[in-house]
Amino acid sequence: MVQKAILGKKLGMTQFFDEAGNITPVTVIEAGPCVVVQKKTLSVDGYEAIQVGFGTVKEGKLARPRAGHFKKAGILPRKYLRELRLENIAPYSVGQELKADVFAPGEYVDVTAVSRGKGFAGAIKRHGHGRGPMSHGSGYHRGPGSMGSINAARIFKNQTMAGRMGGEKVTVQNLRVVKIDPERNLLLVCGAVPGARGALVRIKKSVKAAR
Amino acid sequence: MDLIRQIESEQLKKGLPGFSPGDLVRVHVKVVEGARERTQVFEGIVIKRQGGGLRETFTVRRVTYGVGVERTFPLHSPKIEKLEVMRYGDVRRAKLYYLRKLTGKAARIKEKRQ
Repeated sequence: MVQKAILGKKLGMTQFFDEAGNITPVTVIEAGPCVVVQKKTLSVDGYEAIQVGFGTVKEGKLARPRAGHFKKAGILPRKYLRELRLENIAPYSVGQELKADVFAPGEYVDVTAVSRGKGFAGAIKRHGHGRGPMSHGSGYHRGPGSMGSINAARIFKNQTMAGRMGGEKVTVQNLRVVKIDPERNLLLVCGAVPGARGALVRIKKSVKAAR
Repeated sequence: MDLIRQIESEQLKKGLPGFSPGDLVRVHVKVVEGARERTQVFEGIVIKRQGGGLRETFTVRRVTYGVGVERTFPLHSPKIEKLEVMRYGDVRRAKLYYLRKLTGKAARIKEKRQ
């Protein structure tokens, strides 16, 4: 449950000169415009949330139930439909637009997205294992290391091994909003954000009090 | 990517003088000392320009009291108040790292003839 949140599209990274002339690395996020499509209420759904649509899509591309859902709300179809569980949904009404200006420069936010898929990755990249000696006849370079005691006669659960990496939900906390551009709906956030360029990201007010 | 280019181009400085490695430049840098802000001048020879667009930087080398000092500035930094080109140098390289090994007369650079 957060105070405020919005959906956005990651555009990529660049740098930004702040007032003092220092370089800040920033991620540019196209945040909104999101439209409230439905309000989930305690009495009907058992919880409170707002359902928002984001992005553009051709009408014919949507499945009919989804298209009907938008029609019911009287809103043009959107590419993404997500729920935002907010502390107070009373100020929101169906059809209302959320824009990048829900946040202000200097605020701290948490950004959630699906990280880039790395494919089948070894234990070094995936779990930060150390590497063996590369020379002096070692022959053991990037292996996973010991699997544990031989007395156990099995491998314990959660043994860190190679496997699929990335492509999972990742949240980065306490990122400072450097600048907002309400006209172009841009949000410049200090630092890196999970996901590939063009990925859907969820931006919410920082859960932890920032510094 | 297009929007990112836009954001970058908004921050680009206009009216920068054209200069290249080998040129003698005078860089006026804003320095903050406590609450006071003043301008410091750093004069020397450009030994490289690196990067492109908003991220472009250049390195200025000067020898003071027998010690070589190199400072790298972001070209579009607002901290750079003014950039003056004092003298155009005639060099055959883009990166003048060889100057680091040279001192005195050998470290001179010919002036470019227009």
